Amino acid sequence: MRAAWNRAGSKTIAVALAVLVTAALLLASGASPIESFRLIWQGSVGSGPKAADTLMAWVPLVLAASGLVVTFAAGLWNIGVEGQVVMGAIAASWVAREFHAPSAAVITVALIAGIIGGLLWGLFAGVLRVYGKVNEIFGGLGLDFVATGLVVYLVIGPWKRAGIASTSGTDPFPKEAWLPTVGDKLAPIAIVLAVLAVIAVYFLMRGTFFGLRLKAVGANPASAYIIGLSTSRYLLSAMAICGGLAGLGGAVQAIGFQHKLVPAISGGYGFLAILVVLLAGFRASLIAPIAFFFVMISVGGTQLSLRLGLNSSLGGVVQGTLVLLTVLVGGWQVRRARQRVRLEAEG
Amino acid sequence: MSLELRDIHKHFGRVRANDGVTLRVEAGELHGLLGENGAGKSTLMKVLSGFIEPDSGTISLDETTLQMRSPRDAIAAGIGMLHQDPLVFLPFSVLDNFLLGSPPIDRDSARGELDRLAADFGFSFDPDAPARTLTVGERQQLEIVRLLWLGAKVLILDEPTTGISATQQSLLFEALRTLAGQGMIVIFVSHKLEEIEVLCDRVTVMRRGRTVGEATLPVAIDTLVEMMFGEAVAVTGRPPGVRGGPALRLDGIAADDRLTRLEDLTLEVRAGEVLGLAGLEGSGQRTLLRACAGLLATTAGTIEVGDRDVTKRDYHQRLAAGVHYLPAGRLEEGLIRGLTITEHFQLASGSNRFLVPWADARGDAEKRIAKHSIKGASDTTAEALSGGNQQRLLLAMVPPDVKVLLMEHPTRGLDIASADWVWGQLIQRVEAGTAVVFASADLDELLRYSDRIVVFFAGRVFKMLDASTADADQLGHLIGGRDVA
Amino acid sequence: MDDTIATIIAAAAPLIYATMGETIAEKAGVINLSLDGSIMLSAMAGFALTYITGSVIVGFLAATAVSAVIAALIAFASIELKLNQIAVGFVLTLLATKLSSFLGTAYVGVKGTHVPHLAIPGLSDMPFVGTVLFNHNLSVYGSYVVLIGTYLFLYRTRRGLELQGIGERPEAAFARGIAVNRLRYIYTVIGGALVGLAGAAYSLDVKFGWRENLTLNFGWIALAIVIFGGWHPVRVAFGCYLFGTLQVVALKLQPVEALQGVSQILPIMPFVLMIFTLLIVYLDWFRRFGDRHPAWRRLLASDPPAGIGRVFERE
Repeated sequence: MRAAWNRAGSKTIAVALAVLVTAALLLASGASPIESFRLIWQGSVGSGPKAADTLMAWVPLVLAASGLVVTFAAGLWNIGVEGQVVMGAIAASWVAREFHAPSAAVITVALIAGIIGGLLWGLFAGVLRVYGKVNEIFGGLGLDFVATGLVVYLVIGPWKRAGIASTSGTDPFPKEAWLPTVGDKLAPIAIVLAVLAVIAVYFLMRGTFFGLRLKAVGANPASAYIIGLSTSRYLLSAMAICGGLAGLGGAVQAIGFQHKLVPAISGGYGFLAILVVLLAGFRASLIAPIAFFFVMISVGGTQLSLRLGLNSSLGGVVQGTLVLLTVLVGGWQVRRARQRVRLEAEG
Repeated sequence: MSLELRDIHKHFGRVRANDGVTLRVEAGELHGLLGENGAGKSTLMKVLSGFIEPDSGTISLDETTLQMRSPRDAIAAGIGMLHQDPLVFLPFSVLDNFLLGSPPIDRDSARGELDRLAADFGFSFDPDAPARTLTVGERQQLEIVRLLWLGAKVLILDEPTTGISATQQSLLFEALRTLAGQGMIVIFVSHKLEEIEVLCDRVTVMRRGRTVGEATLPVAIDTLVEMMFGEAVAVTGRPPGVRGGPALRLDGIAADDRLTRLEDLTLEVRAGEVLGLAGLEGSGQRTLLRACAGLLATTAGTIEVGDRDVTKRDYHQRLAAGVHYLPAGRLEEGLIRGLTITEHFQLASGSNRFLVPWADARGDAEKRIAKHSIKGASDTTAEALSGGNQQRLLLAMVPPDVKVLLMEHPTRGLDIASADWVWGQLIQRVEAGTAVVFASADLDELLRYSDRIVVFFAGRVFKMLDASTADADQLGHLIGGRDVA
Repeated sequence: MDDTIATIIAAAAPLIYATMGETIAEKAGVINLSLDGSIMLSAMAGFALTYITGSVIVGFLAATAVSAVIAALIAFASIELKLNQIAVGFVLTLLATKLSSFLGTAYVGVKGTHVPHLAIPGLSDMPFVGTVLFNHNLSVYGSYVVLIGTYLFLYRTRRGLELQGIGERPEAAFARGIAVNRLRYIYTVIGGALVGLAGAAYSLDVKFGWRENLTLNFGWIALAIVIFGGWHPVRVAFGCYLFGTLQVVALKLQPVEALQGVSQILPIMPFVLMIFTLLIVYLDWFRRFGDRHPAWRRLLASDPPAGIGRVFERE
């Protein structure tokens, strides 16, 4: 009970501090904080099209974050998630460009290809870690850049637009490959996939032997091995699951939102998802709302540059400040609790 | 010169490692500090060397009270400690290790000092060799030389004979006698009676965080044993169980874990038999247990369980074949911090189902908690249990019908009640036909529960004993590498 | 040819600052993962302060201060709060990057001062060496000083030995009377200050100005090079110059239509090399090779400091 109160308390303190820091930044750049917050709200959920934008940005973020809940449970820092999003997008783009069939078939195959692309890339980092002893942080980081390099190469090389090589992206995919939308932007299939993913991960971690064993391997690989679990199998599975979900996010981004392959196809959602999961305290149940809050800030933040002439990166500043303060305040409370225990024991 | 520790208290969580310890040592004295593992000797010495700040108590040297906040203060006061695992920097050269933390001096002079001091004791080092190429014994020698060079007047050695050769041991003992002869205070910490007996002038015995007695040597072994264990050990053999066919058979196996090498080891354990593995720590017992469990590859020979050849099978396949291993580090290689008792039982169940039946799991866990009298609830996490209850949980996780149970220090750090309970459980299993192979540093435990005892010395089987005819004295000598039969 | 090599040396100067800073912090046991953001925010701050005050020196000082503060935050979170260094460093990376964009808007595209060229009289007249090494500016000369200084400090001084000790086995350093955590603070902050110099070297020299995401990915590249270099300043510097070479080659290839793809691939080479290095040093045959040929092992060894990323807490 006390722990729950402390958790809520630390979140409140962190949020209050983050609001203060943001307000101070806004005041310093000559903007009214209240006006800014109103603009962010309006720019993200204030109208139908805006809300559609926000929801479509929410999808890849939730997918990547759900995957990260699995890898974090296994004790892995899957920084390679960004590259896994990119590889999913590349694989889906390949299908969208090369596979000509009825729309439903193209879309299904493209989404599956996205999952496989991300999965293989995740598995690659996993194999490097398990069999090559290459730390997943640095291996994953390396693979992020390889994936980004590949996408740039494709966009200005083999897949360049007819006549001109430009980093603005490939030609748009054939319409059959686009996810069907309601209105201009909103692709219901994408939303459904994201919701299903987060629910699946929640139950995977709560209800299944797989989730329990994954937690065991993550918390103490040596004990897990002695108890009889194949640690490498679980580490690889976690990387594969996260890669698959991130890849699906990339695929949705490519065929559901951009409708072409662009160098910045990942939208930074992989790295942002790490922040989401840190803020969620690694719990699947909090992923969806926190991710929504984050994309609101990101999408709504663009209004600040349009209306107030502020740099749109303010959204990122708010997200980063919030996570940093939450982590620090949480650490501070644990430290105080430790000291209290020590004092009680001595007294 | 005299050293006095007065009323030292130090606790870790719920454990009172030092509970009002008082110790006095005079100059020129080789003072032994004797006690079982977990008696509080290391904690006390770490307090004395400034490594641990005590909760309360004072330390005085030459009747002056010392302010000890860190090892820096201890070094300044002339107190140096050689830790059980010598605290050297493995990738650094011997000379760099010698210099690190010393007062300013140029490298050439330091090289000369190192050579001179080493020669005084008959040690020899290559100053440019990386410390990782040194044996444990040589690392100790380096540390001793370094501490003396820093001006240590009080030298503490924590279980220094662990993992060193017989030659190195005699060289070490010779050096310690010389130092004491020069008027230094030498405190020699050990849980091995034999060593204290050979080396020390006086001895203080610790038990459960307190000093329980002092004696000037030589003294009758029984007196010390009584102080260590609290009562004269009446060795009562376990009634021999019903022996079945061979449960585990090793034929000419060899294995190497970089610390100890086993060679050409042949051994047979029958169903319903208890085999004790005795020896100084690091003499080969752990190597053997891990080789049998499949955690360490054998380089020669065959291992059979029942009539199945499992030589080429890995740990998990041997687990399936009925070989279970419980290592000494309960929270390191057994239980998982943060997971509850229920979750542990479910992990150990090896179920093929997809969903965890949480509702049944809790009830099942509660039954097993009651059956194994674990003090904890189904949602208690592993690290919140006491050592004894952790061991009960670990045993409860092993299925009842295993063929071979390999255990490392089954009762180390446990209170008497838990230790008795653990052995009660083990005996039940043995009577049902399980073969138990266990390593222990507790002579009493070895003699009381084993059918046969294998004594290891320096990586080989030194002697095989029938436990019913052996006694503590003989076993102690054998462990030290002396066969006086 | 001389000029090309001189360009490489100049292009690598900021990376030398950053990698030496990171090497110092990691050798002391603290991973500062915030490099990519630290460099960026320092680059912005350095440029902005130079623009405002007109003094390059103030700019460099500001850049140093910014990254030193970020490093201090990581040290505090790790040492006092026992938080995961990777988590805090990662969050700070993203935050500092975004902050640089937000705070730097006003300075995008403005023409500012940069580090003046300064051929060293006498030395710069020497054939080849003069052009390659001594016909630069103070920012580049500073990178030589930092490189040589780091090497000498680590391997030729007692303090340097202590530094390695607290990163290798903090318990042993503590037992020798060394104030482990205090020194970890100091070296993390010094390392951070050097990382800040890298930022200023970009915005006030190599890239002449500020725009959003000016130094994107250079921090990650620096982290990769430290690993590639096995935490040894000389090998790390070799990695920096190797990458400088790749950059210059990529630049030269850019106009060649047929090789467009190749020039895009070159910037990711450090990461491929890093993964390859990490893979190879853990292979069994490599270890056995090292055991048989100690001299080679010394050259190729890539063991991280044993205490890296681990919090030291006395009992």
